[in-house]
Amino acid sequence: MTLQHARPPMPTDDKRWKLVNATMRRNGYADHALIETLHSVQNAFGYLEETSLRFVAASLDLPLSKVFGVATFYHIFMLKPKGRHACVVCTGTACYIKGAGALLEGIEERYGVNSGETTEDDKLSVLTARCVGACGLAPAVVLDGDVVGKLGSDTLVAKLEELD
Amino acid sequence: MHLEELAEKAAEFKAEDAHVEHEVRVCMAASCQSSGAAQVMDALDKAKGDGQPACKVKGVGCMGLCSAGPLVAVADKEADLAGSVLYRDVAPEDAADILGSVGGSPVERLRCPTDQPFFARQRKIVLENSGIIDPNSFKGYVAAGGYASLVQALSEMTPADVLREITASGLRGRGGGGYPTGLKWSTVAKMPGEQKYVICNADEGDPGAFMDRAVLESDPHRVLEGMAIAAYAVGASKAYIYVRAEYPLAVERLQNAIRKAKRAGFLGNKIADTQFSFEVEIRLGAGAFVCGEETALMASIEGLRGQPRPRPPYPAESGLWGCPTLINNVESFANIAPIVREGGDWFASIGTEKSKGTKVFALAGKIANTGLIEVPMGTTLRDIIEVIGGGIPDGKTFKAVQTGGPSGGCIPEAHLDMPVDYDSLKTLGTMMGSGGMIVMDETSSMVDVARYFMEFCMTESCGKCVPCRTGTYQMHGILDKLTKSQASRDDLALLEDLCEVVQATSLCGLGQTAPNPVLSTLRYFRQEYEEKLQGETGA
Repeated sequence: MTLQHARPPMPTDDKRWKLVNATMRRNGYADHALIETLHSVQNAFGYLEETSLRFVAASLDLPLSKVFGVATFYHIFMLKPKGRHACVVCTGTACYIKGAGALLEGIEERYGVNSGETTEDDKLSVLTARCVGACGLAPAVVLDGDVVGKLGSDTLVAKLEELD
Repeated sequence: MHLEELAEKAAEFKAEDAHVEHEVRVCMAASCQSSGAAQVMDALDKAKGDGQPACKVKGVGCMGLCSAGPLVAVADKEADLAGSVLYRDVAPEDAADILGSVGGSPVERLRCPTDQPFFARQRKIVLENSGIIDPNSFKGYVAAGGYASLVQALSEMTPADVLREITASGLRGRGGGGYPTGLKWSTVAKMPGEQKYVICNADEGDPGAFMDRAVLESDPHRVLEGMAIAAYAVGASKAYIYVRAEYPLAVERLQNAIRKAKRAGFLGNKIADTQFSFEVEIRLGAGAFVCGEETALMASIEGLRGQPRPRPPYPAESGLWGCPTLINNVESFANIAPIVREGGDWFASIGTEKSKGTKVFALAGKIANTGLIEVPMGTTLRDIIEVIGGGIPDGKTFKAVQTGGPSGGCIPEAHLDMPVDYDSLKTLGTMMGSGGMIVMDETSSMVDVARYFMEFCMTESCGKCVPCRTGTYQMHGILDKLTKSQASRDDLALLEDLCEVVQATSLCGLGQTAPNPVLSTLRYFRQEYEEKLQGETGA
C-alpha cells in the first residue's frame, strides 16, 4: 500500500476539470493512467496547456518532465489550441497514391497554411494523419470528426469554404 | 454453464426474431458510414415504420466492398452475403424501393452481383459473422453460435487441451511476424508466477491497412472470446486491448461489447459458473506507429513514452510490469474461437504447408475493388489483384503491389504468380505484414514511394537508438535528392550502405525493416533510380 499524496485543487472552477478528475479516479490515480488522463484533458479542452500538464502531474504524483515527455511523444496530443475547424488530411499510403498531396497543396494555395498550422483568423487548422483506415475512400480527410472521402482538391476547398 | 445451456440461450435469442423472415442489412462499419450509411439506415427505418413485420432492418458490420458503399443486403434470415441481394451506392431516397423489393424482385439499378469473384472467391473464417450479425448485439452474437468455444474450453477442456489444439492448428501471428501462436501461448503458460497478462494489439498503424478495424467494428465479441480462451490457456486473468485512438467507432463497439459480455457473465468473475475470472480493459493509443512494436506497446500501456527495449527478455518471460505477457494481434484472436470449435486439424487443412488458415487483406490504391477480403493462405497475388480485386481501373497497367506497410516492399509484375504466405513474401524481400496491399499503376514513381515510406519511418522513429534516428533521416535526405534529380552515383552507393547498417544495427523492428521499401524498389526497379541520377540519362 503506497502512501496517499495530497491531490491538488482544480486549477479553476471550470466544470471540465471534473471530467479529468473522473478519469483519474476511475483509474485509481495510478501513474500508468497518464495517457488516458491526457486524452480526457484534450477531449475536454481541445489541447494540452501548461496548467493542465501541471495539474495532471501533481494529481498523479509524477514529475512534470515525465508528463511533458509523454505529451510531446505522441502525435495526437496538441500543445497549442486548434482553430474552430480541423481538417485532418490522411497521408496513408492509399491516400498518398491517390493524391493526398494535391489536397494539401490545394489547401495551401487557398489558405496559405501547411500541415500543423492554423489560419490567422483561427478558422481552420490543417493536420495530417497516418492513415485513418478509410482506404476504400482514398483520398480522405477527417473534417471536424467526420470522414469525407473520394475528394479532389477543388471539392475539398469548396467544402472548407462552406464552413463558418 | 454447459454447452447445452448456452445452446438453449441461443435458441431463446433466435426465437425473439421468429417472426422475421427477411433482413435488410445495412453496413454500419466506418467506411460505409463515411459514405452516408447512417442516413440510409434512418431512411429505411422510417420508410418501414410499423409495416412489414416479417422484415427487419439491421445494422451490420463490414461487407467488404468498401469502395461501393453504402452497401445494403436484402437476405433471408439465415442467408450469408453470397445468398443475399446486394445493393451498392445506396442513397436514402432508395429506401422505399429496397423495402418494396423484399420478398419480390430486386431493384436492378442498384444491384451489385454477389457471384462476382470478389465475393465468390473468398473463404471466410475470421469474417464469418461480419456483415451478417449486428456488432452491437450480444444476443445476435450468441444466436450465431458465439461464446460456445469459450464455454466448451472452460467446461470440457483443460488449458493443456486448448494449447494442443492451437498448436495443431498451425496458426501464426497475424500481426505480420508470423510467430507460431501455439508456441507463444505454451511459453507463457509454462512461465511461473501468479500474475500474467494478455494483450490484444489493435494498434493497426501500417498505413493502408484496415483489417483489424473492420474486425473490431464488425464482430467485437469474437475478439473478446478469443482473448478469454487465450487467458484460460496461459493462466492469465487480466487483459488489455490497445486500440488506436484514430478508430473511435471500433473503440465504441468494443466498450459496448465488454459491457454486455460482463453483464451476461462471459467476462468478469467466475465466467460461465467456473473458477475462471477474466477482466478486459481498453487502452487508447495516441498516434505513435512504433507502439505496434510489442515492447513499445507495453511501455505505452504502462503510461510511458512508447519506446521499445531490447529483447530478450521477451514479453512471454517479462512483459507488462515485469510479468509474463501474451501479446497477439486482433486477427490472431479472431481465429481462436473457430479453431476451438472445429479443431486444430480442420484449421491446418486450409492454407499452405507452413502458413495455415486464411488471411484478411485490405486492398487499396489503384485497384477496381477497394475493400476487405479473406482468402486461404497460398492464393496467388495475381488472383488477389486481377481476379478478386478486379484489376487496375482506368485502362492503366499494373506496376507493383506494396505489402507489409513501411516494413515491407514492392512486388513487381514478374512475381505475381507467387502464392502468398509468410515465407514466400520474405523471399521476395517484403513481408506479410498485417495484411495491407496497396496496388500501384504505371503513374507511380517507385523512388517517390520509397521516399514516402522513408519519411514515414523518419517521423515515426522514437529516437531511442542512433541507427534508426539518424539513419532514416540521412536516407530520407538522399531519397529526396533523388526525386529532385540532384543525387550523384556516390549518393546512391551511400544509400545502399546505409540500408545495410540500419537494417543490421537498429534496436527494434521499425528500424530494422525501415530500409525494406528502398531495398525492394532497388531490387526490382533499379532503372528508375538510375534515371533519376544527376546529369545522367533521363535526369
